[in-house]
This record gives sequence, structure tokens and C-alpha cells, in this order.
Amino acid sequence: MRVRAQVGMVLNLDKCIGCHTCSVTCKNVWTSRDGVEYAWFNNVETKPGTGYPTDWENQGRWNGGWERTRSGKLQPKQGSKWRILANIFANPDLPEIDDYYEPFDFDYDHLKSAPEMKAFPTARPRSKITGERIEKIEKGPNWDEILGGEFAKRSQDYNFEGIQKEIYGEYENTFMMYLPRLCEHCLNPACAASCPSGAIYKREEDGIVLIDQEKCRGWRMCVSGCPYKKVYYNWSTGKSEKCTLCYPRIESGNPTVCSETCVGRIRYLGVMLYDADKIEAAANAEKTTDLYDAQLDVFLDPNDAAVIEAARADGIPEEWTKAAQESPIWKMAMEWKVAFPLHPEYRTLPMVWYIPPLSPIQNAAQAGAIGMDGAMPDVRSLRIPVKYLANMLTAGDEEPVVQALERMLAMRSYMRSKTVEGVIDEGIAARVGLNGRMIEDMYKIMAIADYEDRFVIPTTHREEVEDAYNLRGGCGFTDSNGCSGGISKGNLFGGNKRPLKMPTEAV
Amino acid sequence: MSIDFFIFGIMPYVALTVLVVGSIARYERDPFTWKSSSSQLLRRKQLMLGSVLFHVGIIVVFFGHLVGLFTPIWVLDAIGVSYGFKQLMAIVVGGIAGVVALIGASMLLHRRLTDPRIRQTSSFADIGILGLIWLQLLVGLGTIFLSMSHLDGGEMVRFMTWAQSVMGLQLNAWLEVANVHALFKFHIFLGLLIVILFPFTRLVHMLSAPVRFLWRPGYQVVRSRRQTTLPSRPDTAPTAKAQAARPATGGIAKPAE
Repeated sequence: MRVRAQVGMVLNLDKCIGCHTCSVTCKNVWTSRDGVEYAWFNNVETKPGTGYPTDWENQGRWNGGWERTRSGKLQPKQGSKWRILANIFANPDLPEIDDYYEPFDFDYDHLKSAPEMKAFPTARPRSKITGERIEKIEKGPNWDEILGGEFAKRSQDYNFEGIQKEIYGEYENTFMMYLPRLCEHCLNPACAASCPSGAIYKREEDGIVLIDQEKCRGWRMCVSGCPYKKVYYNWSTGKSEKCTLCYPRIESGNPTVCSETCVGRIRYLGVMLYDADKIEAAANAEKTTDLYDAQLDVFLDPNDAAVIEAARADGIPEEWTKAAQESPIWKMAMEWKVAFPLHPEYRTLPMVWYIPPLSPIQNAAQAGAIGMDGAMPDVRSLRIPVKYLANMLTAGDEEPVVQALERMLAMRSYMRSKTVEGVIDEGIAARVGLNGRMIEDMYKIMAIADYEDRFVIPTTHREEVEDAYNLRGGCGFTDSNGCSGGISKGNLFGGNKRPLKMPTEAV
Repeated sequence: MSIDFFIFGIMPYVALTVLVVGSIARYERDPFTWKSSSSQLLRRKQLMLGSVLFHVGIIVVFFGHLVGLFTPIWVLDAIGVSYGFKQLMAIVVGGIAGVVALIGASMLLHRRLTDPRIRQTSSFADIGILGLIWLQLLVGLGTIFLSMSHLDGGEMVRFMTWAQSVMGLQLNAWLEVANVHALFKFHIFLGLLIVILFPFTRLVHMLSAPVRFLWRPGYQVVRSRRQTTLPSRPDTAPTAKAQAARPATGGIAKPAE
């Protein structure tokens, strides 16, 4: 056993209202720069839809993630190491920027500088890459939001696999949900495995996956290696960038910007202890439907005396073990089993998990004759097909998703009974394999979701590994290259293309 | 003082010094700028074929020059390779690889100059170095026609002697090549110019060709701030798997930023 700690995230899709506050605050903090205008470390997709970049879930097309070869070996789906190197001159699996969208801005200045004319002045779009006029914007960061576009297009969604999808094109049967996405900070990151320079690494102390900007050479294999397409190539600096899980905030015990600003309070952050020795075997499970269980098996129970002792021996601070015991992630993923990894079949063992959304009863016409399971409606008659959620969260295995949805319905039913009728009905809890105390805990964490229940983040003990004396006069967080802004004017090496525009002092 | 002395006697030393000192300075001072500057994300077209042709061709040409110029002449004699045969090999292999590289470079240059996305995001150095290499390939292929008229390998041996004498710090090495055809001289001048420009352009990505990837242990890279290694535990003998998951790059005391 080799105990390591990871800061994991759970998103409660049942409460996501698709407001994009997470995306916007993230963009303002991290990607409001040249070269990454098109990159959204966090984005919110409407499902069903093909997402951003278009069709990202279709690994038959992009070859992201891992595959188990016929001989039972685990290797990146884009190829083994020599294969990756062979593609270094031209990467056949790399998306083009048009697969995301061509970044644009508008001629806002024209609105106030236009001369007097008959027609009202308009702000027309311009490409952020070439500066040229774009006559028609063909795609944006959230192009199929709220079921935009025709069904034929959005039903290309990979999660319709094995579903008779035609009926969901009918107005009466249509359904939708939101899926906020960010880097999964995987236990078995395919981006790091694909990086020829070894610039992408997982931090031992908190599991955050980062790109060393000074070591990145821009071979761009990580972009195609990541099945979630959450590594972005900065076309201006020629380096790849990705979500950092706001590590400067996490280190000081604060939630990430996306979590902090989430108005629906759907995001949870907490510590998970895991056994690093089990990773390879878990990622290499024979059947894709076994991957979810295999990943559960990698996690270590922070209340187990043997685990606590092993964690201590492996140098995990006491505070972190304690945080793991109070972790909302542990409760949702392991105790209540309501949270699931996104696309476990990619074999990356992702660490951003999702609680599937409940949805209205399938059809108003059927409301009288709906399948009822005792006091609760049958979750299989919910508007969002269980199979669709299972394709997204458990590699198609419906049972765990059904149980999670039932538990969430049971929580509502139990609490309604308690607060409206004043009756504590242990029967409801027992039917879904829980008890009243657990359901009330679920209610506190998932429904009330107080700040301190959502975010249980211990601070990083940098003082134990760094001498603060050596850090004096430092620059704190910079993009790269010591105290320089990363792109300096009049550079001897390679010149400057587009200098970083910093605000200057006003006279 | 003749221009020949400058180009063949002095310039090689200037070029090598700039190459070494400049590359070290850039790697040390400005590692953030050390990159391949791929533009594949912005435009796939013409790059997929052009880049592969160019790189494969130019790598063959590069190592051909390296081996061809710096193999000691007594080695040729010892293994019984006639000079004429060696020159013929150089013409055939170099000619084919050179044409492949030229086709690739032409596609890339055309793409870089005409595609608005690539043109707008290119620096002066990006366009300049590609143009220089394109010209150099053209001149290099042009010298083949000169070589065809004297297939005895004599001129080739003079270039070899010159190159090896320069490396041996023999200051009158330039006399060897003082009266070759002007096209050869231009080719050598351009070559040395490219060497001088090397540290200031994207060419530096050559030096970080990621061959170490092939024998990097396992797939995962983990970095730690830990100052001391963890005690090994008796109950878990370190297996190949476990090692793959442990710090692969000199992780110890390497901070994240």
C-alpha cells in the first residue's frame, strides 16, 4: 500500500442551472490572454449535445484516453511510446482550432465612432487570430446550448449509444441536462503519459496535474492524449495549458474559483486517500463496466486504523487524514454511492465526479399510469433515460445509476414526510439501503450544502519542504520564467509576436 | 584578407561559438521560449504532409552531411569505400532526401506565407528561418549538378579535409576549398549562417528531440516536494507497477512552479 492524497471534486448535476458563472469566473482568472481565448478550462455543456470541442466524447475519432490491448497491456489509445514519437511531425489526432471555435471579438468601437447614417451601427465580429472580419460565426464555446440546433446534429451525442434515440427528438419526449466540465485531475492521466518531454506531472501531495511551462516543448501530444480534451495548446506561446485546480487557492485552503463562485452550490471539494500501487491494475480492468468498481477499490477508508497508520508512514499530514475523514467526496462517492466518474471507460481514473440529475416524470400523458415503486416513482420512467446517464457515468452499467437516483428520490421523500407530515419514515430509507441518520446527513450536505460542508480543504504544508528565507523577494505566482510576464518585449530569443498587454500607469 | 578566409577560416568558429553559447544562454535564461512552435492547431492543411516530408527529408540530409563530412578519410580507406562510390551515394541518397525535404519545405513555406492565420501569428524569425532553409535546400540540390561533372570524389574529399581540419583547429584549412565553385561556397555560407541563427529561432527544438520518452520508466510522472525518500515497506515489495507510479523525473525537491 502506498497512500497518497488527492483533492477531488464532485458536481451535483441535480442542482446545476447552467448559468456558466463557473466558466466565466474561470476564464477571467486563467484564460483571458492571447493564445487561449478559445480555451475554457471550465465549460458547461448542454446534454444531449456534441459539446466542446465538437464530438469530444467520440474516442473512435480522437483516440484520447487509454486502451487495453489484445495482449492485456494498458497503453494510450493514440499509440504506444514509439507510435506517439512517430507522429511528432504531424499529429493526426490533434483537433484543429475550428473543432473548438475560431475566437472572435466584436468591433465595439464602431458603435460609438460610426458617423451619422441611416441604419443603426452594429458591432461586427472579427477573428482574434488574424484580426480579419468574420462574416458569419460558425461556432462558439457553447454552440448547442439549451438544445440549440436540430436534433439530427445534437443526437450525434456519444451517450446515445445503445438507445433508440429517435423518440427523444419528439417535442414531448425531449430532455436535457447540464454538464460542467473541467480537468479531471486523473489518477492515471493520459496527458502526462503522452507527453514526450515529461512536462506534465501529478503532484504527489494533492494529486493536482500540472504542466511545467518551462519544460513543455509544444509537441502537442497531451492535447490528443486527453480524452476530455481539457489540455489546450496556446497558439501564441506554443505551450500547452490546462486547469490547475486553482492550486494557489487550494494550497491555502480555499476552494477553486469555479467552486467558490458556483451560485447553485453544486460543487464539492475534499480529500480522498488512495493507494498508488493499485492504479495500474484498476485502470487495466478487463471489462469497461468494471472500471467504476475498480476505481472505488483504489480509494482507502480514512477511518481504517491500518490506513491511518500507513498514511502517517507515507508522510501524509495528520490534518489531511482528518480532512479525508470529513471529506464530502468520500461520503458521496463511497458511503452513499451517488457520485460517479465521468466516462470511466477512458481508463484515466478521473477525480472529478458527478451526481446524476433527477428529471421530471417522463410523459404528462402517462402521469396517471406511471410506474410507482412503493411511494416513489420508478426512476426508469424519468425523462432522462437511465441508459443515457449510465453511458456517461458508468460505461453503460445502469444499476449503480438507478441506485443513486433512487437514493436521491428517497432523500426527497423522506425529508418531505419529515417536514411536511412530521413523520419519520425509516421504511423509505431502508428501501434504498440507507437509514434515517444517513439520509439526514445527505440532506445536510447535498441539499443545504453549507460552505464548510462543501469545501473541506486542508492547507498545504509548504513550510515543511521549503525554506521561506529562499523565497524572499520572489514573484509569487507567475506564468513562467521567473519574474518575467512570460512574454517580454524585445526578446533576443524568437522575438515577440504579441506582447502581453498589461495595464500601464495613467498620467 | 580574402572573403574565402573569412567564410571558411573564421566563420565556422564564430558559428560554433554562437551555437553553443547562445543555446546554453537561451536554455538557461529563457527556458519558456524553448519550444517547437507548432502551428498545427491553427491549420492542419498542408502541414500534415508538408511537415512529415520536410522533417524526414531534412533529418536524412542533416545526418548525411554530418557523417559524410566528418568521417575521417583513413576510415574510408580502411573499409575500402572508394571516394567515387561515396560521392555517388551522397548524390543519390542526399538527392532523394533533399527533394523530399524541398517539397515539404515548399508546402510549409507556401502555407506560412499565404494562410492568414499562420502569417499573422508568425514572427520575423519564423518566416526568415524557413525561407533560409528552403533556399539552402535549393542551393544544395543545385550543387548536385556540379558534382555530376566530376564523379571521382576528389572535390568531396577536399570538403571533408576542410571540415575535419577546421575541427582540428588548423587555421589554413580554408585553403582547401578556396577555389571550388561559387555555388558550393554559397551553400557553405548559408549553412554556417543557419548555425549562427540556430539559438535565436525555433530551430532549438532539435536539441530537445524527446527520445528519452522511449525509456522513461512507466507512463506516469509524479513530482514531489519531499526532501527524504519514503521508507520501503516490507509488505509491499516494490514491483514494476509501483515504480511506474513513483516519481519518474528527478522529482525530489523540484518545486511545482
